[in-house]
Amino acid sequence: MKYIYYPGCSAHAGGRAYDESTRAIAPLLDLTLQELEDWNCCGATAYMNVNEVLSFSLTARNLALAQKEKAPVCTPCSACYTNLAKTNSYLGKFPELKTKVDTALAEAGLKYDGSVTTKHLLDVMVKDVGLDKIKSQVKKPLTGMKVAPYYGCQMLRPISIDDNPENPSVLENLLKTLGATPTKFELRTWCCGGSLMGTNDEVALRLCRNLLLSATEGGAEVIAVTCPLCLTNLEAFQGRVNSMFGTKFNIPVLYFTQLMGMAFGLTDKQVALKRSIIPFRRKPQTAVET
Amino acid sequence: MNKKLGVYVCHCGTNISGTVNINELVEFARSQPDVKVARDYKFMCSDPGQALLQEDIKKEGLDGVVVASCSPLMHEPTFRKACEKANLNRYQFQMANIREHCSWVHTDKVAATAKAKALLSGALGKARYLAPLPSKKVPVNPATLVVGGGIAGIQTALDIADSGTKVYLVEREATIGGHMAKFDKTFPTLDCAACILTPKMVSVGQHDNIELMTWSEVEEVTGYVGNFKVKVRRKARYVDEEKCNGCGICQEKCPYKAPSEFDHALSKRKAIYMPFPQAVPKIPVIDKETCVYYKTGKCQACKKFCATDAIDFEQKDRIEEIEVGAIVLTTGFQVFDASKMTPYGYGRLPEVYSALEFERMNSASGPTGGEVRMKNGQKPKSVALVHCVGSRDRRFNEHCSRVCCMYSLKFAHLIKERTGAEVYNFYIDMRCFGKGYEQFYQRLLDEEVRFVRGRVASITDFALDENEKGKLVVRVEDTLLAETRRIPVDMVVLANGLEATADAPMVARTFNISTGKDGFFIEKHPKLAPVSTATDGVYIAGACQGPKDIPDTVAQGSAAAAQVLSVLARGEIEVEAATSEINEELCAGCRICNTLCPYTAITFDPVKETSRVNDALCKGCGTCAAACPSSAIHAKHFTDQQIYSEIQGVLYDARA
Repeated sequence: MKYIYYPGCSAHAGGRAYDESTRAIAPLLDLTLQELEDWNCCGATAYMNVNEVLSFSLTARNLALAQKEKAPVCTPCSACYTNLAKTNSYLGKFPELKTKVDTALAEAGLKYDGSVTTKHLLDVMVKDVGLDKIKSQVKKPLTGMKVAPYYGCQMLRPISIDDNPENPSVLENLLKTLGATPTKFELRTWCCGGSLMGTNDEVALRLCRNLLLSATEGGAEVIAVTCPLCLTNLEAFQGRVNSMFGTKFNIPVLYFTQLMGMAFGLTDKQVALKRSIIPFRRKPQTAVET
Repeated sequence: MNKKLGVYVCHCGTNISGTVNINELVEFARSQPDVKVARDYKFMCSDPGQALLQEDIKKEGLDGVVVASCSPLMHEPTFRKACEKANLNRYQFQMANIREHCSWVHTDKVAATAKAKALLSGALGKARYLAPLPSKKVPVNPATLVVGGGIAGIQTALDIADSGTKVYLVEREATIGGHMAKFDKTFPTLDCAACILTPKMVSVGQHDNIELMTWSEVEEVTGYVGNFKVKVRRKARYVDEEKCNGCGICQEKCPYKAPSEFDHALSKRKAIYMPFPQAVPKIPVIDKETCVYYKTGKCQACKKFCATDAIDFEQKDRIEEIEVGAIVLTTGFQVFDASKMTPYGYGRLPEVYSALEFERMNSASGPTGGEVRMKNGQKPKSVALVHCVGSRDRRFNEHCSRVCCMYSLKFAHLIKERTGAEVYNFYIDMRCFGKGYEQFYQRLLDEEVRFVRGRVASITDFALDENEKGKLVVRVEDTLLAETRRIPVDMVVLANGLEATADAPMVARTFNISTGKDGFFIEKHPKLAPVSTATDGVYIAGACQGPKDIPDTVAQGSAAAAQVLSVLARGEIEVEAATSEINEELCAGCRICNTLCPYTAITFDPVKETSRVNDALCKGCGTCAAACPSSAIHAKHFTDQQIYSEIQGVLYDARA
């Protein structure tokens, strides 16, 4: 199974643990992730509001590059996913925008025909690789581990992965396959604040507080995330949430790929556990209670 | 062929003249061969408009009339009648539809005028070859079929039966009563639903002129107004309706239970059951899925205790054929399934109730004996009523369900009265349009029920603070305060919208009527023929036509009854003369037409070895004429010559 892998900027910076763990588990699942050559930023969540045409052109360049490879694009980042999907949809729907973007691409000697399919890594894992295949690789099931499944908003809205955007279940199903116990997490599709953390942190911190409260109330010991920005907001800003709201959150946040790697029996180094700010310590494997 | 044709172009106010150049069209008509007179008028369907063509028929001796106006569905009967009054046979009239087919769907005046010319020219083409056809009358069967035993069907059946004519009332469920039987009180008067409904149900059950067929469904309808043949499936009830005396001992002794459909699973019923104690007829039905006899062959408790030996485990469905002159459909509605609206948590959060569940909870004969109680048995201290669930929502149903504002007000009053709880209504607009409805709204405002204007975003059990712990939190944008709010409550009642029944399209096909975009049956005219349909002799009443409250439903039920009685009173009915005719000289007796005819109007004469059309059954659809390999069949009023001439007319400006 071959995909053009579009890591996005975060995966090479703040989200390295995501990239490293993804690359570590892919071969075990016969998943070929060929990194898109000469890719550029997707525009992330901020640029779309600053200059729409430029933002679409940025993403269209990535799609035009991917078109040559004749394989679907897979990205681990929800912001990248939403921008890729949105660009595909808008270029098809709005001919005026397409003309402008085409002009921009032509300057770089590129052309995009709208044919590239884009997928989020979680969708690829659950729907394309499949839970059976994943199950066959589980060597050290995460038995007893209570994980809060966090979807965030961008991979469900406005263009959803293959699931019910209002009541998704794919991440829960994946966690169960790994042997873990997904916990009740009422706010699992709510926004983490995204790039608001940089511009209006008061709002973003309140959103993160709500999420952390909902996750810990469900009894989770770790939060599984699907997007580098979500991880940054939920993990790196826990201290500020605590000082602003007088709470005492101290819950580790991991990428779902790190949990997959653990279940597959990879080492802490292979799944980049040391990159966490709030350390996650694996509990010693206990025998399954009868 | 020297015809004298008259052409009349209608302005339809500005409906046509706003888009089509009338003067140009009239000039065009005058230039056409055989056209003796061509005129235009503001409203051709009006009295002076009709007089115009009648005068011309007499003065000019017209032998063909073409009116270019609206759809023939709308006014063909009007103009046919006008012609007949002036002694011109109705089949010598032809209509060109330049409204629905032209002015209403175009904006370019030049192009629309050109199209109107083509349509008019086509009609003239046909009119050149029209011939008079004799009218025929057949006797009307005086019995009526009413389908659906809710309040609409009950009202219709009683009104017709009281006039002394026979009514068959077919109901799919084991009892009549419909949705109304589930209600506790009715708005805005708060009178008890059972007190006003059950006497009517009893009247139906005891009426000499009403044959009640419950647990039955109409399978097939053939024939035409005055003479319908209907096949009714009498589903196996496993109880002999003739023998059962309704004592109820079987129900008492049956050891097996299933969730009660009538109480929306808030209580249990037995495997042999009557939906509710006041059911009509008072005859139970066996639920085969739950009954253990059908699994193990044992038990038979009901049979052992039945004093009249009415239990019949081996009963089979049977088909009963009835003949009626008219049909009224009162098949009602279904409620929107709120679990489709995931953020409201119906089916996931235990204290979120649907409106019908809440109706049952309020009913004195319901699962809680009329007490408003949470699942833990306690009275709620605060209740949210969420309006417009599945209504006024482009994702589900665009239409307003009309009754939800009012039944939510009723609920609010009952909750206040029975629990003293704080009640919040979350609404988009309050629609209290009926008699006494606005006053009821005012009364509720005075009772200090809270009203929050805003569509609820979601309902969650996630608590942000101590206040919200253990509660359901309603998240809403209060559009009057311009603020998002979180309002914690103990219980939520959703005001499910009303939608067309899932099988409405199938029912429509069976009775040869149409459904609209919203799935409800379409009336003949939204204002002037609200209970008639495009099929003569088939009427609709109540919520199967669109969401309706009880007063409107009952009014329609009576209206449909009046329509039926006016047909029956005539005693005979004129049938279509535009039927098919078989030329026996040409017929080879191949019998292809016999099987193709959708009305089984063609029979084979084994002696002559030719086929023959039964005029009374033929609807003039022309299928046989098109299929006949030896061109022996001739569809009157749609002859080859007429149709070719019509096509030539439409293509008047085509280059050779």
